[in-house]
Amino acid sequence: MSLLSYFFGNKPKTASVAKERLSLIIAHERGTNRAPDFLPDLQRELIAVISKYVNVGPDDIKVQLEKQGNCEILEVNITLPDQQPK
Amino acid sequence: MARVIVVTSGKGGVGKTTTSASISTGLALRGFKTAVIDFDVGLRNLDLIMGCERRVVYDLINVVNGEANLNQALIKDKHCDNLFILPASQTRDKDALTEEGVEKVLKDLEHLGFDYILCDSPAGIERGAVMALTFADEAIVVSNPEVSSVRDSDRILGILQSKSRRAIEGREPVKEHLLVTRYSPKRVEDGEMLSYKDVQELLRIPLIGVIPESDDVLQASNQGTPAIHLKDSDVATAYQDVIARFLDEDRPLRFVTYEKPGILKRLFGGK
Repeated sequence: MSLLSYFFGNKPKTASVAKERLSLIIAHERGTNRAPDFLPDLQRELIAVISKYVNVGPDDIKVQLEKQGNCEILEVNITLPDQQPK
Repeated sequence: MARVIVVTSGKGGVGKTTTSASISTGLALRGFKTAVIDFDVGLRNLDLIMGCERRVVYDLINVVNGEANLNQALIKDKHCDNLFILPASQTRDKDALTEEGVEKVLKDLEHLGFDYILCDSPAGIERGAVMALTFADEAIVVSNPEVSSVRDSDRILGILQSKSRRAIEGREPVKEHLLVTRYSPKRVEDGEMLSYKDVQELLRIPLIGVIPESDDVLQASNQGTPAIHLKDSDVATAYQDVIARFLDEDRPLRFVTYEKPGILKRLFGGK
């Protein structure tokens, strides 16, 4: 059987490899290149507000816009610092 | 109202100029007064493809700078009475294109009674390419069934959706059309080439046509005749179908399935 498939070639066709690679890279680049212009500003202001109350740095907040079907999801991820004894 | 159509792709060598030449010719043959502008400042080629390279006196930059008026710079096509070519400058650099200058040229063309204005974009995503798409009402995104071309097409779609006037002013978005060119049904069937359905699925815009890979395109450019003029050519027929679909006529796709050559064809040759 394996000899047969060796001769008749069961390896994936290059076109489907191309499609898979493209769908991954396009989805990734759409996420980064098509992010709306306000995201960096939003991130900066969120940091300003939150750092009033909690000690967070610019790298502790991640703002991302994702698209799933027709639904856009704004994801804000804030990493709070470990509780420090007062 | 004149409709401004940009022919764009991101990647070079996919068939933008061939497409601009054939679509502008096709629209003119349908009776529309049509202008086609070469935005590839520094590397003009539309004049060669249209066969008017020896009649270029003034160019787009001359008009933008007010050194010549539109009537002096527009070159009447040798095949169609209602088709005019506005060549790019061969000597200046692309920074000579200003948004105000381009907008004025387009407005003036509209006042001259043009129905369609095609903007043949240069490759890349720099100034010339952005200028070509800034004022577009519709976009024909030319893509080859090949990884780098599809990725670049997606990039240019992103730019259309963010930098065109329609996008910036929040008006109805630029109407996008996908044109897959240099298509080889046999290689698709053999699993060696992305199918037009794959490309469309990846780029997610409506398909306006598929142009088969063909030796005829080189023959056409050799002679300076837009490919749509070629007699008995699949490419010419495919471009005519694109024109029909552009004008909202219903045309089924052709030249997308591979037909095995019959025994006679195999014995006696032929394409």
